[in-house]
Amino acid sequence: MKFIDEYRDVELGKKLVARIEQLSKRPARLMEFCGGHTVAIMRNGIRQLLPPTVEMLSGPGCPVCVTANADIDKAIALARLPDVIITTFGDMMKVPGSYSSLQKVRAEEADIRIVYSTQDALQIARDNPTRSVIFIGIGFETTSPTIAASIFQAENEGIRNFYVLCLLKLCPPIMKAILDLGELKLDGIVCPGHVSAIIGSRHYEFIPRDYGVACVVSGFEPLDILQSVAMLVEQIESGKPRVEIAYRRGVKPEGNITALKLMDSVFEVSGADWRGIGVVPASGLKLRKEYGRFDAELAFSVTLEPVREAKGCICGDILRGVKTPNECKLFRKACFPEQPVGPCMVSSEGACAAYYQYEIV
Amino acid sequence: MDDEIILLAHGSGSRLSHELIEKNFLPPLANPLLAKLDDSAVFDLSGRLAFTTDSYVVSPIFFPGGDIGKLAVCGTINDIAMSGATPLYLSLSFIIEEGLTLGELKKIVSSIKAAAEEAGVKIVTGDTKVVNRGGADKLFINTSGIGIVPQGIDISGANAKVGDKIILSGTIGDHGIAVMSQREGLKFSVPVQSDCAPLNKLVSQMAEDSSQIHSLRDPTRGGLATTLNEFAKQSKVGIRIEEGKIPIHDGVRAACELLGFDPLYVANEGKLVAIVTADDAQMVLAKMKRNQYGAEAAIIGEVTDEYKGKVIMKTRLGASRIVDMLSGELLPRIC
Repeated sequence: MKFIDEYRDVELGKKLVARIEQLSKRPARLMEFCGGHTVAIMRNGIRQLLPPTVEMLSGPGCPVCVTANADIDKAIALARLPDVIITTFGDMMKVPGSYSSLQKVRAEEADIRIVYSTQDALQIARDNPTRSVIFIGIGFETTSPTIAASIFQAENEGIRNFYVLCLLKLCPPIMKAILDLGELKLDGIVCPGHVSAIIGSRHYEFIPRDYGVACVVSGFEPLDILQSVAMLVEQIESGKPRVEIAYRRGVKPEGNITALKLMDSVFEVSGADWRGIGVVPASGLKLRKEYGRFDAELAFSVTLEPVREAKGCICGDILRGVKTPNECKLFRKACFPEQPVGPCMVSSEGACAAYYQYEIV
Repeated sequence: MDDEIILLAHGSGSRLSHELIEKNFLPPLANPLLAKLDDSAVFDLSGRLAFTTDSYVVSPIFFPGGDIGKLAVCGTINDIAMSGATPLYLSLSFIIEEGLTLGELKKIVSSIKAAAEEAGVKIVTGDTKVVNRGGADKLFINTSGIGIVPQGIDISGANAKVGDKIILSGTIGDHGIAVMSQREGLKFSVPVQSDCAPLNKLVSQMAEDSSQIHSLRDPTRGGLATTLNEFAKQSKVGIRIEEGKIPIHDGVRAACELLGFDPLYVANEGKLVAIVTADDAQMVLAKMKRNQYGAEAAIIGEVTDEYKGKVIMKTRLGASRIVDMLSGELLPRIC
């Protein structure tokens, strides 16, 4: 299959592994920022193939995992309002908030529908003109343009019953926040492929410049990841960190200008609440004033109970790369995909779920 | 006529109910046992019996490669066949939502007829209920089936032995992706058809020359991964498979890539997994390849004494990873 098979070629993969082994002399601690990369790494057993000098850590790049409990509580409270239909990507259903989950309130009382795109959510709004349809807008720069487009479309068509709970987050600011925390000494970052398809690679230039950390934008196939690791190791060994793109078929340095313009016209940068990290200034998006009527937070009033974090859950530490799932006391003992305690076990892109599902113990 | 809709009165036991059965069920499914219209079908059977039941609630009721009727018949036939039995008689119970068109019902009964004829089974008893609009999703079908287990056949998920080979009858994920693409209105450049099919003849051909088939199962919901995990747990053995040997159609691969699904967990309705002694594996495989439903069969792994109760997969790049059971619903990824 074109664009897939050539990136799974076994012989080429073996050559890349050999190249990494040959290149890597000093210890290199790499963070794959994106949850999609974590899954690809675990699913293909890539950590087993790398030499002991190369350590891979999972970062905060899972949109479900980084959604704060307070925001999940808000989504659940909105779902309980009369005449509201909540539309959401499937992964959000199981995430436990402080007291419940969307899955539970759907079983009890609420009308919650899983959608594949914002277009589906808009269609539900068209089909149910007497009810309010709220889309749970989570994700990074990857999903933001499609949410912006849906708002544009709702505006143009005069759809009055469509709203977005805007929980969108931005990658470069959270990378900076993690590097500023200084909890771990990183040598390189496997930069997110799909996010970079939108924002390009230039937004990462502060990372090698200010922090001396190597950056390579990677695709999601096993060979993409191996090639990115090889490029990172090469940069680290040469002592010249910079930003490179291994995912050239998807990413240009300047990004997708049309998508960026669309995002910019609908959203403005704001602070965002990240699980395990807290509120990081200028790391999220909110609707611009002129689109305020689509903002679910402004349109609906909900009362929230105090936020409660699950006891013993270290999802926050895992998202910051400070700990691995195996270091969590709940992992495989009290926290399972069927009964997740924290979001890293819920999402298909969560580090705990990936370790649980793929790692041999 | 065909755009006429099913009314609550069609399920009330009135003349309309009788007309519905006599015009729409009896002629296509005709056989003497059914035509008697007694409360039970009465027939002679002897030997070891296999008996199973299942309910079908698929949405949408029509999908590329089949519909709920074909699914109900094939699903129950396959459950009987997976114990090595020869399926003989089926029951068919319809729960219809008020508002289904007669045309849709006729289409479904006609594919039931075709699937039953292909498998050589008879539908000998049935029931029809009509529920209020909203009380069901168009149509639910329950089928039960009965079959006879030939002498000398002892097939169970608990019979896998270390050293046995694992044979898969063909590509995985076709049914799940076909239904999902229809449900969500997704179109792929390589169209995906459900693999829904009766597998009883394939099984009887496999068993003709080999008495060394230890386990058989059709990997329906939960997919291949879940079936292999069931075998590993029931037989208290390890199972090792090779990623590169598992056949997958391009359309299914593309859809799974797009939606973030692992084809190992996507449902099948016309595939089986067989665990066969190493000595007989090649012979059984060759036999399978001669049947239309086993043409793409492949040996995908073996039973081991390592990692008891678990399924391990060797990835294409040569690493190993666990293949766990499906947990919860299969949900599409976000980005």
